[in-house]
Amino acid sequence: MLDTLLKHIATNYYEATAMIVYGIGFTTLLLNRNIIKKIIGFNFMDTAMYLFLASKGYITGRLAPIAITNPAKFEDYINPIPAGLVLTGIVVSVSFSAFLLALAVRLYRAYHTLNIDKIVKLARKEEKEKEGE
Amino acid sequence: MLDFIQNFPLFCIIMTLFSGVLCSVLSARAARNCCLMVVSADGVLNAAVLVYTIRMGDSFTYMMGHFPAPWGNEIRVGVLEAMLAMVFSIVMLLSLLGGMKHIFEDVESTKVNLYFLMMNLLFVSMLCLIYTNDLFTGYVFVEINTIAACAIVMARKGNQTLVATMRYLCLSLLGSGMFLMGICILYDITGHLLMVSLHGAIEQLASSGQYAQPLEVVIVLFCVGLATKSALFPFHSWLPDAHGSSTSASSAILSGLVLKGYIILLIKIVYRVLGIDVFNSSKAINVLFFFGCCAMIVGSLHAMTEKDLKRMIAYSSVAQIGYIYMAIGLGSTTGMIAAVFQILAHAFTKPMLFDAAGGFMEVSGGSRKFSRLRGAGRRNGLAGIAFVVGALSMIGIPMFAGFITKYYLAAAAIQSGTKKLIIGLMVLAVSTLLNAMYYVPAIMVLFSRAGGNAQEGDKFTLICDKKNVSFVIAMAVFIAANLYLGCCSGTVIRLIQSGLNMLA
Repeated sequence: MLDTLLKHIATNYYEATAMIVYGIGFTTLLLNRNIIKKIIGFNFMDTAMYLFLASKGYITGRLAPIAITNPAKFEDYINPIPAGLVLTGIVVSVSFSAFLLALAVRLYRAYHTLNIDKIVKLARKEEKEKEGE
Repeated sequence: MLDFIQNFPLFCIIMTLFSGVLCSVLSARAARNCCLMVVSADGVLNAAVLVYTIRMGDSFTYMMGHFPAPWGNEIRVGVLEAMLAMVFSIVMLLSLLGGMKHIFEDVESTKVNLYFLMMNLLFVSMLCLIYTNDLFTGYVFVEINTIAACAIVMARKGNQTLVATMRYLCLSLLGSGMFLMGICILYDITGHLLMVSLHGAIEQLASSGQYAQPLEVVIVLFCVGLATKSALFPFHSWLPDAHGSSTSASSAILSGLVLKGYIILLIKIVYRVLGIDVFNSSKAINVLFFFGCCAMIVGSLHAMTEKDLKRMIAYSSVAQIGYIYMAIGLGSTTGMIAAVFQILAHAFTKPMLFDAAGGFMEVSGGSRKFSRLRGAGRRNGLAGIAFVVGALSMIGIPMFAGFITKYYLAAAAIQSGTKKLIIGLMVLAVSTLLNAMYYVPAIMVLFSRAGGNAQEGDKFTLICDKKNVSFVIAMAVFIAANLYLGCCSGTVIRLIQSGLNMLA
């Protein structure tokens, strides 16, 4: 049982690595209280997915999907679609990172901390004071 | 020969996208007019598409960019898609009209045009989620939807919304991360991204028993990912903050439409990608049913303890989303009809409640607390009436939209197995009772007299602000739509039925 599991992991080590990194990123984004570390976790998660996709699209012994042979034969090249998906994913994660970082800057200016729990507490207090006026 | 009307879905998408870009350079008022005009034009175009698909009696696929199916991208439109797109345009327009006054008060004056930019982006992403026939395009627009939704939450001045946005964004990113992982694994085991080809490949896998475990993982990832984004119970913690603190038009659109966009994508995946049989035989469906039931109870319990009107309405959204997931979890056609009808009913009811809440806040010094809102329903009579209609619909009184949902839910529960029958009917009864237990006191507070002795403010005024015509129109149409859905549901149900048949 363990033997076959290890053998599977050894043959699919790209995918195994990708899943481990994905797990690290996922838990960091979910559980870490520091906003910056959350953003790092988010980037880990997305990068792991690119590794997973890229390793799935790669076919040993073939070329990058840029047509250089004439006439071009598809047997010479690796699958180009995962590369396209990775590019799209990179655009998405870059824009989200920018959005998150901008948000982190504004939150730090407002509350002088990056701990999300403390920020939530301070925000509740602020709201109560406002209601009390 | 391509009929001209088949171009309309693409026209809607392109037009809304470009008007979004245009809004970034326009003045606030011009941006508002541009946004409203485009959304109404979308409504008209989608209505034409709806009539066209009903007449044709079939769905059509629209090839984009002259690349045929396996390489190019596709739009697919049936009765269900056209109807949802039309309803979304109407609700979007009415929510914006109802909350228009507050948008100009709550958003920084130099950034109002950017608010409308985000509204356009949000709307175009929802249209694409409804229309797309490609799973990865679906993912891209899920992300655009998220970013635009976060932007309209934080548009309101103040630090409160920043915190709410942060929490919303973190959970939302977890959800889309899971969804993307699901797509990656599905692509690996099938080699397709287009829904039609995926469906064929999955049918083959299911019949041969190959890759059974990865397929189950994919189904779970899709369900959990999209459930996180649409705030199904355990993942709902971000919702009350995000929906409670934003400006009333944002709250209305967020809980009326944005949550639904993801659920519609899930329904499309269930029918178009996985196939209803594969989905029904997977274990994920029971999980959805269970958490849907939990959400119905827990959302209502939270709402009962809230002292803040908008947060109470937001928690009620958690419960109502639970209805949709429970209906999907029943795993029958009647259940799916109930789910789609609930999407429509909730889309017409919740924005009305949020816009009415904005109207109450307006006449109560901007406070959302019940203690300050005493008598607000008298000071702003129209909002009061709308709130009563919305509340009755949410409770499930006959004649209002919510009743029909509950009726079909109960019918679907009776058709299903014994366990789901007993749990489903019991949860339905309890949740109806709980709904009444927080909406009725809220109505009583809103219509009670403010002080011990009769004051000037206690007089019942139907329209408190004669200049705010858009609010009056929005409320009137919302109330009418609710009564229509409640009284003449037959046509809508038939449309949903034929739409679901086309999806499969």
